[in-house]
Amino acid sequence: MDKPIIEATHLDKFYGTFHALKDVSLSVHPGEKMVICGPSGSGKSTLIRCFNGLEWHNSGSLVIDGVEVHENSKEMRGLRQEVGMVFQQFNLFPHLTVLENLMIGPMKVRKLPAAKAEETARKYLDRVHIPEQADKYPAQLSGGQQQRVAIARSLCMESRIMLFDEPTSALDPEMINEVLDVMVGLAESGMTMVVVTHEMGFARKVADTMVFMEEGEIVEISPPDQFFTNPSSERCRLFLDQILAH
Amino acid sequence: MNATDLTGLKGQPLPQKTAVQAFFGSTYVSVAIYIIVMGLIIYGSFAGAQNMGYNWQWHRVPQYLYSFTDDGFQLGEIIFGLFATIKLSLTAFVLATVLGLLIALMRLSGLVMGHAVAVGFLELIRNIPLLVLLYLFYYVLGPIFGFDRYWASILTLAVFHAALISEIFRAGINAVDKGQWEAAKSIGMTTGQTYRYIILPQSVRFMLPPMTGEAVHLIKSSAIVSVIAVAELTTIGRNIISDTFMSFEIWFTVAIVYMVVTLILSFGVSYLERRYAVDH
Repeated sequence: MDKPIIEATHLDKFYGTFHALKDVSLSVHPGEKMVICGPSGSGKSTLIRCFNGLEWHNSGSLVIDGVEVHENSKEMRGLRQEVGMVFQQFNLFPHLTVLENLMIGPMKVRKLPAAKAEETARKYLDRVHIPEQADKYPAQLSGGQQQRVAIARSLCMESRIMLFDEPTSALDPEMINEVLDVMVGLAESGMTMVVVTHEMGFARKVADTMVFMEEGEIVEISPPDQFFTNPSSERCRLFLDQILAH
Repeated sequence: MNATDLTGLKGQPLPQKTAVQAFFGSTYVSVAIYIIVMGLIIYGSFAGAQNMGYNWQWHRVPQYLYSFTDDGFQLGEIIFGLFATIKLSLTAFVLATVLGLLIALMRLSGLVMGHAVAVGFLELIRNIPLLVLLYLFYYVLGPIFGFDRYWASILTLAVFHAALISEIFRAGINAVDKGQWEAAKSIGMTTGQTYRYIILPQSVRFMLPPMTGEAVHLIKSSAIVSVIAVAELTTIGRNIISDTFMSFEIWFTVAIVYMVVTLILSFGVSYLERRYAVDH
C-alpha cells in the first residue's frame, strides 16, 4: 500500500481543561474515502479541523503529504491549498458573486490569471450542476446550491484532499440529496475524502473506512460492511441503532 | 383571570387608547406643541437681544458669503473659511482613517506588543482633552519636530479621531462572521489577503454609519484649531466680528454653515447606504 497522505499519531487536543481529542491515531491513504461519525461533542469536527490547521493538536504528531505540521510550522499555509474544506454553514463570501467566490482563491493564492481562473471556475460549476448561477450572489441561492458552490470553491484550488464537516447538517431535507450526489460523483473521480456526516446511506455507498468516535476517542475503525453489520464495540452498535432506527 | 375565561375573549376588540393618550399621540398636536415651544424660545432670544439694545445688521452679512463687484461674482470670506475647514478636515480624516486602521489591526493582531501599543495609544488619546492635545502638538511637539500650526492642527485632529475610528474598525471587523476567516484560511489565504479581499469589504457596511458620525464629529471639532489662529471657518468668523462687532449675526451664520455641511454629509451617506444596500 502507498504512503498515507494524512497520518495522525497519538494526537491530543485540549480546550482549556476539556480533553477534546484523546490519543487519536489514524491514517488516510491517497484515494481513500473515510467517513467519521459519532455523537455530537465526540471530537469528529475537531479532528478534521486539525487536518487543515483550523485547530492545532497539543501533542502527538500529524504528517500531511509527507510534512509534519504543528502550530508553529510554516508549511501549513502551503498545505491548505492541497487540503480543501467544506463547512456545515457553507461560509461562502457574501460580497462576491458565485463566480468570484470560485475565482478569488486561484487568483490571489495560486496567482492564476483571471481568464484561467474563470475557466477552472466554470468547469467546476458544471461539475456541481449549477453553471447558470455563476453571476448570482450566495444569498440568492438555496442552501443546497450554496453548499455545492462551496464544494466547487474547494475544487477550484485543485486540492488533493477534501474534508467535509457535516456538509448536509444545515440543509433542508429536500436539498440533502443534491449535495450528496455531488459528493458521490467526487468520490467516484478518485478524490481523497474525509467526511464527518450522519448520512449513513452515503457512507455505505462510498466509504472505504468507517470511523466511530466518542468523547474524543476513536472507538472503532473498520470497513463499512463490518461496521454496519457487525461492529466490534457495543457503543458503536447502540449509536447505529439510534440513527438507523427509522 | 383564569384560563377558562380566555375563551370568552375570542374576537373581542383590544382596549382603545384613552382620550388623553389619543390627544397627545396625534401628529397635529405634537407638531403644534413643537412649533409653540420653538417659537417661544426664538421669540425669547430676539426679545432679549432687543432689550439689551442689540443693533441687528443682517443686511451686512451676505457680503461675507458672496458679493457682486466690478469683477463679477465673488465668494466671501466665510466661504473661503469653509473651504479651509473642509480641506483641513478632509486631510485629518484621511490620516485618521489610515492610522485608525493600523491601530485596529495591531490590536487584533494577537501580538502582545501590538496589542499593548494599540491599547496604550487608545487610552492615552482618549483621556486627554482635545484642547490640551492641540496645545501639546502646537507648543511642544511642533517646535521639537518642526511643524507649523497648520500641521499641528491636522495631526491633533487625526490622532484624536484615529483613536475613535480604530474602535469603529475593530467593531466592524469583529462583526464579520468567524466562518469567513476559516473559509479564507482553508483556501490558503494569508492574514493580509483575508483582511483585504474578504473581511474589510464586508465590514464596510457595518462601519459606514459610525464613520459618517465620526466625519461629522471631526468637522465640528476642527473649530477648536481657531485657538491657535489657523485660518478656518471659526477663526474667520471671529476675525469678522472683531472688525464689525456683529457677533450675533456672524455666530448664527457660522453655526448654520457648519450645520449645512454636516447635514449634507449625513444625508448624502445615508442615501448612498440605501442605494447600495445588499441583502445578505
